Amino acid sequence: MAPRLAGLLAIEGMSKGQVELLLDRAGQLERGLDGPRPLAGRVVANLFFEDSTRTRSSFEIAAKRLGAEVLNWTTRGSSASKGETLLDTVRNIDAMGPQIIVMRHASSGSAAFAARHTRAPVINAGDGTHEHPSQALLDAFTLRKHLGALDGKRILVVGDILHSRVARSNLRCLTLLGAKVALCGPPTLVPKEMAALGAELFDDLDRALEGVDAVMMLRVQMERQQDAAFPTAREYGRRWGLTQARADRLPPGVKVMHPGPINRGVEIATQVADGPRSLILEQVHHGVAIRMAILEACS
Amino acid sequence: MLVTALLIRGGRLIDPRNGVDGRRDVLLRDGAVAAVGEELLDLPAEVEVIDAAGRWVVPGLIDVHVHLREPGEEGKETVLSGSQAAVAGGFTAVVAMPNTRPPNDSPQVTELVLARARAAGLCRVYPAGAISKGLLGEELSEMGELRAAGCACFTDDGRPVMSASLMRRALLYARPLGVPVVAHEEDLTLSGHGVMNEGLTAARLGLLPLPRSAEVAMVARDLVLAQEVDGRLHLAHLSCAESVALVREAKKRGVRVTCEATPHHFTLTDEAVDGYKTSAKMNPPLRRAEDVAAVREGLADGTIDCIATDHAPHGPLEKEIEFDRAANGVVGLETAVPLALELARSGVLTPGRVVALLSDGPARAFGLPGGHLGEGAPADVAVIDPQAEWAVDAERFRSRCRNTPFHGRKVQGRVTHTVVGGRVVFAFEEAGR
Repeated sequence: MAPRLAGLLAIEGMSKGQVELLLDRAGQLERGLDGPRPLAGRVVANLFFEDSTRTRSSFEIAAKRLGAEVLNWTTRGSSASKGETLLDTVRNIDAMGPQIIVMRHASSGSAAFAARHTRAPVINAGDGTHEHPSQALLDAFTLRKHLGALDGKRILVVGDILHSRVARSNLRCLTLLGAKVALCGPPTLVPKEMAALGAELFDDLDRALEGVDAVMMLRVQMERQQDAAFPTAREYGRRWGLTQARADRLPPGVKVMHPGPINRGVEIATQVADGPRSLILEQVHHGVAIRMAILEACS
Repeated sequence: MLVTALLIRGGRLIDPRNGVDGRRDVLLRDGAVAAVGEELLDLPAEVEVIDAAGRWVVPGLIDVHVHLREPGEEGKETVLSGSQAAVAGGFTAVVAMPNTRPPNDSPQVTELVLARARAAGLCRVYPAGAISKGLLGEELSEMGELRAAGCACFTDDGRPVMSASLMRRALLYARPLGVPVVAHEEDLTLSGHGVMNEGLTAARLGLLPLPRSAEVAMVARDLVLAQEVDGRLHLAHLSCAESVALVREAKKRGVRVTCEATPHHFTLTDEAVDGYKTSAKMNPPLRRAEDVAAVREGLADGTIDCIATDHAPHGPLEKEIEFDRAANGVVGLETAVPLALELARSGVLTPGRVVALLSDGPARAFGLPGGHLGEGAPADVAVIDPQAEWAVDAERFRSRCRNTPFHGRKVQGRVTHTVVGGRVVFAFEEAGR
């Protein structure tokens, strides 16, 4: 059964059933059961107000596999760089009548804002430090493939939780699927309120790693560190990086993930990123099937 | 026809300064309160009458924190439109913040605001002068000149005085001028890039948090400075439980401090931001339920001296945009009375205390005329129907802007008449609007 969505702004508010339907459908699509092309002759507008390679390409490939034409709207050279308001941009795109809008923007809540001003379903491809739902779904898809049902599984997310839309979406998605989510990072970057959202909080990585089934390393977002939440990348790497030594202490079945792009040698050692535990490229691969399932559900 | 006498008959006069709460007639003549009595019989030949039966008759309300946007941002508000909003809300006097363009750091700007207010002819407008030249927080403005031109206080409101040394000198220098230095308390190094109160809602929405310490640490600093130099300090829009506690302690020590709280801070928590509502974005931000409770307690026990609206008009260009880029501020003049009355109905405040916080309290804090209705006082009066039920409709605001988080809220209590200097400057007409 193919799920139906009026858009996808956040994992918050989704039901477990909706998430499972999307994951199941992505599984069928990944095995090549796409069959009809529900977006044939339709336009999917990729509105990327913030740099992205992986997510934008992934949505583009997914849309094309469903038969859609893809409009790639990026800030460079568009009216956004000339000071047009987001409201005007969204109204203009809406006037062109795309079937679906996929949007990435640096402001939290911007996808919901856009959804209020367009008739097209809006898929949030990352809004500021709020959510990145398609990333969480592809992460859950990847984890399910390797760990089976996520009920009771322990998943650790490490890094800059404060500024991470990936962490917020994953916390919600994995919790919904029954996993126990732990968050770890410098105390300056782990809001204590995340505990009220169901996460267990750690500031010591070695303690946090005890008993995990998978660990998700977040990118150190150097561009968001204007308030210097930690002293140096070197110290960060030693205290919160997944070094080879730390990875060697983990039981063999523990998987390592990263939403990319990775800073080799900062949050994750090269040998770990490229090693047998790593699911990093598999995550990227699964992204296409997940985004096909999302686009199909919104079509 | 010029009516020189006005009788407000049969209302419940609530005049906290004079200890009155009961049925009285109030006779206004020649711009002053001529007589107050249970039933005035000795009336002038020509007298206009307002039947106030079943209504509250209170001293004209005074809002010590209003942004009128003129000069420089007349698209958002003018002295005229702001005055219209003020009198519709029962306010007979407002203190106009100096963060205009140019800012009110010179007597020329002060005089312009006063001239516009005279031309508007509605409420009394008291300009606030800048603490620092250009509101830059570097050098003292010409406070003496500003005071002579008519400024009622000094503030860099909208931004804090980050330099403790400058704040200390401002408190010292303003001391002989007899007016308060008004502080917008925010340590910018702590508020940083924060856009809403630190807490669960910020964590959920992925909005960068603004810790309470940004306000509290500065409140503590300025109380220390005011005590040390015996300065006259007024703290604007307190929002945190810890700030209220610090002021309570400072008052006990004899520090010459007064403070205000806004209707939005005593009514809403940061949960109102949910859905990225820019109409609930302001600075200081909406806080936790504990903070709302502490502010209410401060209003009740006298720690907080006045209710002030921080009326801050912004248009769609500043508000219909991404939350993190949206301007801070809400309009408040036309919703203050019913929101304050909610505190009376819920038993947080007595009716007398509500009235005091909107009249006597601000008059005393800023040394302004009015604030009471004793014989000889200015003939500034608000008549309120405390029972009237209505829903806030931002489209009907006299203000040029609609940025309110209270649109659609069911409220009770309506201003039916506003009188300034014995002249009716606002009368609510049911069918008229």
